[in-house]
Amino acid sequence: MKKIRTKKNLEEYRKRIKKENSKFKKIVTICGGTGCHAYNCEQVKQKLRKELVKNGLLKKVALKVSGCHGFCENGPIVTIRPENIFYQRVSEKDVPEIMEKSILKNKIVEHLLYEDPVSRQKVTYLEEIPFYKSQKRLLLGKNGLIEPDKIEDYIVQGGYGALVKVLKLPAQKIIEIIKASGLRGRGGGGFPTGRKWEFCRNTEGEIKYVICNCDEGDPGAYMDRSLLEGNPHSVIEGMIIGAFAIGSNQGYIYVRHEYPLACRNAQIAIRQARKLGLLGKNILGSGFNFDIQIAKGGGAFVCGESTALIASLEGRMGEPRDKQHLHTTESGLWGKPTNINNVETWANVPLIINNGPEWFYQIGNENSKGTKIFSLVGKVQNTGLVEVPMGTTLREIIFEIGGGILNGKKFKAVQTGGPSGGCVPADSLDLPVDYEQLNAAGSMMGSGGMIVMDEDTCMVDVAKYFLNFLKEESCGKCLPCREGIKRMLEIVTDISEGRGKEDTLDLLEELSAVVTDTSLCGLGKTAANPVLSTLRYFRDEYENHIKEKKCPAGVCVPLLRYEILADCCKGCGACIKICPYNAISGKPKEIHIINQDICAKCGSCKTICKFNAVQLQ
Amino acid sequence: MIVFDTTLTIDGIKVNGKKGETILEVAKRYGINIPTLCFVENLPSYGACRLCVVEISKGKNPPILSASCTYDIQEGLVVNTKSERVVKARKILAELLVASAPNVKIAQDIAARCGVKEVRFKMEDNRCVLCGICVRMCHEQMGGEALGFVGRGIERKIQMPFNKRPKECLLCRGCEFVCPAMEIPCQGVKIPGELCGRCLRMDEMPYCCTLGSFGCSCDHNPLASSSK
Repeated sequence: MKKIRTKKNLEEYRKRIKKENSKFKKIVTICGGTGCHAYNCEQVKQKLRKELVKNGLLKKVALKVSGCHGFCENGPIVTIRPENIFYQRVSEKDVPEIMEKSILKNKIVEHLLYEDPVSRQKVTYLEEIPFYKSQKRLLLGKNGLIEPDKIEDYIVQGGYGALVKVLKLPAQKIIEIIKASGLRGRGGGGFPTGRKWEFCRNTEGEIKYVICNCDEGDPGAYMDRSLLEGNPHSVIEGMIIGAFAIGSNQGYIYVRHEYPLACRNAQIAIRQARKLGLLGKNILGSGFNFDIQIAKGGGAFVCGESTALIASLEGRMGEPRDKQHLHTTESGLWGKPTNINNVETWANVPLIINNGPEWFYQIGNENSKGTKIFSLVGKVQNTGLVEVPMGTTLREIIFEIGGGILNGKKFKAVQTGGPSGGCVPADSLDLPVDYEQLNAAGSMMGSGGMIVMDEDTCMVDVAKYFLNFLKEESCGKCLPCREGIKRMLEIVTDISEGRGKEDTLDLLEELSAVVTDTSLCGLGKTAANPVLSTLRYFRDEYENHIKEKKCPAGVCVPLLRYEILADCCKGCGACIKICPYNAISGKPKEIHIINQDICAKCGSCKTICKFNAVQLQ
Repeated sequence: MIVFDTTLTIDGIKVNGKKGETILEVAKRYGINIPTLCFVENLPSYGACRLCVVEISKGKNPPILSASCTYDIQEGLVVNTKSERVVKARKILAELLVASAPNVKIAQDIAARCGVKEVRFKMEDNRCVLCGICVRMCHEQMGGEALGFVGRGIERKIQMPFNKRPKECLLCRGCEFVCPAMEIPCQGVKIPGELCGRCLRMDEMPYCCTLGSFGCSCDHNPLASSSK
């Protein structure tokens, strides 16, 4: 293949691919994202291919495996274009029916369509599904149209058009455009991207680096992963533009090795871009040289912190350096000026160049512009990736897009921002999601994790879970983070096991304040957030655990107490038989009694009892 | 000749320093004592123990706490080394330190001087305070690279590669020499693992001084004056 040297070359290439694609009458796309992989999309694809071969349609129907569609709850997802039919929960045995009805004839397979849980009506098209209707999918929207390991698909969608535009502009102008767009770092800090680029550009030095941070480690978050897996070229294009503006010739994509598909797709994308002359020496004949390498991280959560990431890239132990006054834009990788941005930030760059900064500026609210991808997980109907304009309220995200709480339970809190974030309670549901408002509510944007919790969740247990995660993931360099988190976990564990005392909460608050104040890096500085935010909004729950030794949600096992109600017990003996610890005694037809000393609180007796006689006290 | 080009305020005193110096270095020169554990002169500062935290105000921004051993001085900084916030943070840090290594003399000394009267956490028995001085000594001074950190978080420890002495180790014993935790515990501790601090009950501060960083019983030490 010949290298692309000019704008004309690129357009000719685009036309050629369009012509080649026009021979396909239909395009069948299977979602190959992480969620659908778990639902066995690979088998569906194999079966579809077999069916196409059987019907001799391989040259008329294109079969694509795309990146994540976002609606992971209902995977595997199959779409058929040009009609745009949206099938969900497709299994291997449904394939012949799809083949017969939708591909050979223009009919619809009813039972594979999405059913609106409220109106009970079948929805045929993607845009009409409530989950997608309220979203603004600028970044994720193309995931369904693109096969990640084909650069042609990206170019047909207008890919690398922004790069052509940019290479003619002076670097300062590009930075002005990014500044005017109001784009802020999507990794969580929310630092204005344009200003960061400008700092890096203005720092003296011949060698500069750009880095894409894909070390996503928050429990329950997978948006960076899906973006790099599904549309790696948008990230690469953003990085080339950034490098040109900053004056860098070398870039790195730092991705954790637990994301094999992201590593693979990014590697393939880089190779293809190099082949076409979009990476490497003399990009598009402009004289600008830039190349990208993939660096695999070992999977330490702390390596998402910029200085720890750099240490890891340099081959040292991934631990942060004290950088209060010296930013990585001044002294980063190998002591050179380095610009680190998140995957999502880079992917936004081509969009801004293509559509103009004014277009981007009018999306979002006052201080936060553009859209943000959240991974909506937990006790919510529609889990998946959600992309909404900044300033959308939590209520819209959880109830309109997410479809509300599972099994009709009551909403209790939503945890945003991963382990460094906090819990936002039900009365703050109308909070617009942007950097400042979430911070004010004691949580943070983070990289975009959103864990929904219902009334069965114990907030002490939630704090315990995140502290445990942070205890494992703290690098251990500085004293407050290493020892402080361990001690906070000890205190919270004591509370959840009924050993809390009157002054325990004061100690916990005192310790949290010091850990926040004195820790070395962002991990430690935000480590107390899960505790502080749950204490702020759910203090009564902590007090319940301490004073009454009760867990209102019935989660903290040592505080539970199963008892048999004398009025209801018929003496059937079912609980005696099921109890694995022989803790229940009683003669047939007489009231049974649980021996609390032996009871391990497994709850089997409650499940088996037909008369609802076993109750949680 | 040293050219001082930067002026800042530490504890209300106007002090001069030259670019590239840290707050800790300047404070020391002016006789202002900031307690440290992981800082050793002539080794690169590390910022791990955080005992040397000071309150820093820059312009209109709200004051922050930061380790003074890694913070380079800037024109017009206002530094407070003994504000209530600093003293309180330092006390909790000392409490955390002594709770993890009560049988290490330096941890007891620091706890005593920071005014820790009781430890509210479970006492453990670590013999290493993970200050990392030996690792830096080996790497930076001896060029040995025979010691390093192993593990993450609470599992972090100092070890030779694969727990075997590599040929890079020249047996110079530099690591042993600099280790602040090698001292024999003072007579005060009777039951291993108990908070000592008995010296504080005497009227005068003892002569021994943790790495010289507390300034013994000089009047500048708020902790020394509070114990009287």
